[in-house]
Amino acid sequence: MSHKSNYQPNSGFEKWMDERLPIIRLGYDSFVDFPSPKNLNYFWTFGGILAIFLVIQIITGVVLAMHYTPHADMAFNSVEHIRRDVNWGRLIQAAHANGASFFFLAVYIHIFRGLYYGSYKAPREVLWILGVVIFLLMMATAFMGYVLPWGQMSFWAATVITNFFSAIPLVGEGLMVFLRGAFAVDNATLNRFFSLHYLLPFMIAGVVGLHIWALHVPGNNNPTGVEVKTKSDTVPFHPYLTMKDLFAIVVFMIPFAWFVFFAPDILGHPDNYIPADPQVTPPHIVPEWYFLPFYAILRAIDFNIGPIDSKLGGVIAMFGSIAIWFVVPWLDRSKVRSGAFRPMFKWFYWIWIVNFIGLTYLGAQPAEGVYVILSKTATFYYFAYFLIILPFLPRIETTLPLPASISESVLAKHKTEAAE
Amino acid sequence: MATQSEKEPNRRDFLYVATGAVGAVGAAAVAWPLIDQMNPDASVLALASIEFDLSSVEVGQSVTIKWRGFPVFVRHRTEAEIEEARAVPLDALKDPETDAQRVKEGHEEWLIMIANCTHLGCVPVGESGEYDGWFCPCHGSHYDTAGRIRKGPAPKNLVVPEYEFLSDTVVQIG
Repeated sequence: MSHKSNYQPNSGFEKWMDERLPIIRLGYDSFVDFPSPKNLNYFWTFGGILAIFLVIQIITGVVLAMHYTPHADMAFNSVEHIRRDVNWGRLIQAAHANGASFFFLAVYIHIFRGLYYGSYKAPREVLWILGVVIFLLMMATAFMGYVLPWGQMSFWAATVITNFFSAIPLVGEGLMVFLRGAFAVDNATLNRFFSLHYLLPFMIAGVVGLHIWALHVPGNNNPTGVEVKTKSDTVPFHPYLTMKDLFAIVVFMIPFAWFVFFAPDILGHPDNYIPADPQVTPPHIVPEWYFLPFYAILRAIDFNIGPIDSKLGGVIAMFGSIAIWFVVPWLDRSKVRSGAFRPMFKWFYWIWIVNFIGLTYLGAQPAEGVYVILSKTATFYYFAYFLIILPFLPRIETTLPLPASISESVLAKHKTEAAE
Repeated sequence: MATQSEKEPNRRDFLYVATGAVGAVGAAAVAWPLIDQMNPDASVLALASIEFDLSSVEVGQSVTIKWRGFPVFVRHRTEAEIEEARAVPLDALKDPETDAQRVKEGHEEWLIMIANCTHLGCVPVGESGEYDGWFCPCHGSHYDTAGRIRKGPAPKNLVVPEYEFLSDTVVQIG
C-alpha cells in the first residue's frame, strides 16, 4: 500500500505475527486506516456493494452445486428439484438468479460512475483496465450460469453465443466445435459450462484483489477529481466509509429482497421453463436484460463491410463495444478529470447513458421495422462517444475552475448552504 | 580451467539450451491432452449417416429430423414455391446459388437443409418472412423458398448437407 503504515501491534500475538506474516498490518492499512477523500458521494459505495454480491453469488452457488446435476437429461429437473424439494432451495436459487441481475445493476452504476468522474484517467488506468477484465469475466460467468438450467432459453443462448466464434475466419468453425465439445450444443457443452461456471468466480475474486490493490496505490478518485493534497482532505476508511458502505448495502438489499421473496421469476423468461429442445427455437429469443445493449449492437450490423460479412461485423462490433473501454484512459484527452467541471461533456455523457438504456430496450425488441434503424443509430452514438467526443471535445470545451483542494470544495459547499 | 572466448558457446551453454528445449517440449506434451479433451469425443464422432422415408411428407409440408445433433429441414415444396425460387435473378442474392444447385435433379420438390440459421444457429421458422421461405426470429434473417439468404445478418444460404436418393422415396443424409 502506498500510504505510510500507522499500524501499531499491541498484543504479544500481533507483534509475533507482524514479524512473520504482516497480514493484520495489511488489513489495518487497507480497510481501517486507509485515507479516503472526505467528499465521496453514494456512487462510491458500489465497490462495497459489488464485493458483497460476489460473496453472495459464491456462497449460494456452492450450495446450489450440492443439489444440481450437470447432465442434459437431468439438469432441468434438478433445478426444479432445488426449487421444490430442497430445504430453503426456493430462496437460495432465487437469490442466486436475481443476485446475478443485481450484481450487473451495481456494476453498471460502478462503471458509469467511473466514466462520469473520469476515474479511469492517470494514474488509475490499470485500476480501470482490471475493472474491465472483471466485467468480461462476469459476463462469461453469467452466460454459463444461465445455460445450466437447460431450458429453451439456456440452450439457444448457448447455441447463439458459441456461434459467435464461428464468425472468425479460417479457425472459427473448428473453435466453435472445440468449445461445444460436439457439432451442436449438447451434454458435453453443459458439462464443461458447469465446470467453468464454478471456476470463473474464483478468478473474479483474484482480479478483484488486484483491482483493490491498484486502487490503494493512487487512492480513490473523488467527485471533484482533484487529488488528495493534505491529510485534512481525507478521513480514515473505518468508521467513516465502512458505515457509509454498510448503509448503502442495506438500502440496495431492499429491492433485491423484494425480488427474491415476491417476484423471483419476473426477470426470467417463461420459455426457460420449457426443457431444452434442439429442434425448435423459441419465436423470440432474447438474452437476460444485462446483455441486451450488447445484443442490440450485435444485431445492428446486418450489412457487409467490404470483406467483413455481416456476421463477423456484428461480432466485432459487439466485442468491440466492451474492448473499447480498455483504451478509454487514452481516448479521453481532457486534462480536467471530473465531469462535474465539464459543461459540454455532461450533455454528451447523459445522452450516452440514455442511449445505453435505449440499446437495452432495443435489444429486447424484434429485429424489424423502426427498431433496426434505431439500433443502428444508437450503435453509432455508442461508438462516436468514445471515438469522436472523448478525444476531440476538449479542444472546444471551456471547463469550469477547479477547487484548490477537496477541503476547499467541501467548505465552499457548506458556506452556500449556510447562507441560504 | 581453460579460458574460453565469451562469444564461443561452450558445453554449459549447450546443456542450458537443450534442457530448456526438452522442458518446453515436455510442457507442450502435457498441455496438449488437457486442451484436446475439449474436442468432440469418440462417442460424438461415431455418427452414422441416416436414412429417411419421404413418402409420409405431403406437398407443402415440412418435417424436422435430427442428424449429427443438428436439426434438418425436409421440405416438400409446392409448384408455386419452386417457380418463385427459379424466378429470382442471381444478382439479387447475397450468396448467389441457383435453385437447381440446391436440390437434386429430378427431385426438385425436395429441399433438404441443415435447419440452423447461418448467422448464429437458431432454427428459422418455416413459411414465413418476406420471401415466403424461412424467417429466423433471433436476429431477423429472411430466407426464400430455396433456403437462400435474402435479408438480414446471416451471411450464407442455409447449408445443404450431403445426401442422395436411394430410391424415389428414401434419402440417405451424410
